[in-house]
Amino acid sequence: MMQRNRFSDKTLQTIVGNLLRYGVWLALSVGAVGGIIYLLRHGHEPAQYSSFIENDRHIGQLIKEIITGIKVGSGRAIIFSGIILLFLTPAARLVLSFFSFMIEKDYLYVTITLIVMMIIGISISLGYGH
Amino acid sequence: MTILAFTCIMLLGAFVAGLIGSLSGLGGGIIIIPLLTIGLGVDIHYAVGAALVSVIATSSGSAAAYVREGITNMRLGIFLEIATTTGAVCGALISTIAPGSFIAVLFGLTLIFSSINSLRKKEEQVLTQSSPLARKLRLDGSYPDAGGRQIRYGTRNVLGGFGMMGIAGMMSGLLGIGSGAFKVIAMDNIMRIPFKVSTTTSNFMMGVTAIASTVIYLQKGYVQPGICMPTMIGVLFGSISGSRILIRSNPKKLRLFFAVIILVLALNMIYHGIAGKI
Repeated sequence: MMQRNRFSDKTLQTIVGNLLRYGVWLALSVGAVGGIIYLLRHGHEPAQYSSFIENDRHIGQLIKEIITGIKVGSGRAIIFSGIILLFLTPAARLVLSFFSFMIEKDYLYVTITLIVMMIIGISISLGYGH
Repeated sequence: MTILAFTCIMLLGAFVAGLIGSLSGLGGGIIIIPLLTIGLGVDIHYAVGAALVSVIATSSGSAAAYVREGITNMRLGIFLEIATTTGAVCGALISTIAPGSFIAVLFGLTLIFSSINSLRKKEEQVLTQSSPLARKLRLDGSYPDAGGRQIRYGTRNVLGGFGMMGIAGMMSGLLGIGSGAFKVIAMDNIMRIPFKVSTTTSNFMMGVTAIASTVIYLQKGYVQPGICMPTMIGVLFGSISGSRILIRSNPKKLRLFFAVIILVLALNMIYHGIAGKI
């Protein structure tokens, strides 16, 4: 029993480690491609970040805009999709550990992971109200 | 300044932030914010958005290496994420009513206290026995030392650590940072987890804690692609370099390094709080 658990933990370590690594590299590559396009088109323009322009776009609308932007090859939209991939990496890690604990039949930790996912769900739904 | 020049400066700055962030268990975000606002005159909202991106990049980038090396305690991380995510939700709600300057000063004072506290403890003692609750939750573990030998460790005061993690999460929600400092205090000082394990587990947890604020930031337009792109790339390479150094380094030197960083950040926070800039 002890031996089996240790084996499973080792496997989980490898899978989670790889997920984080590939997720991050994917986000980085997409962001870098977008960055190069963005710099080629706008690199010579002055950087104007001193005043903040507040938006209030729903996340769904934002994703729609990004997809439209990618279709026309906008550097900014491609960078944005890289950033979203980066945000999704830890979320995917959580989902993955949920299934790993299921396979391990470690129901205590299945429950714990579920609670964490629920709290994030609540916070996202609260975020919509802002 | 052209966008090209801005991007080059940010790449370098973010690299340094990622390096420090991954070595200390801090998210790197807290270094990105002053660099962008004081150094480059960027609006604080964009800086906070970039800091969040850097927090997640540092977390995932360095956590990948630590998890594979078997240093990170994933059960401990996921268990404590209950506290950090709950805290982050509360923090985000409180941030809408509490005055920023008060929060900044309080945060700075707490950091000074913890910095002195971490310097006073000279010996790294590994607990061999766990408390009954820690055993029940299977929070003990082992990690490889420099020679590849497995060092077993136990933990205690689970509830105390859990409470401190709630505060850490609340700081994340309030200030848009990873608040790794608080996470390391909870694991290091309260639960007596070995320094390498607490630092790496803190890094591992940050990404999930940060998701809570992410959606709000995206919708409000805090995430500016032109700033976040060099931040993400620089921080990632910085944190990967940092994690390579950490695996081969000695905990005593790291502790001193960590204490100095906390102290500088604390003074920075207090100054900005009193000056009414936060």
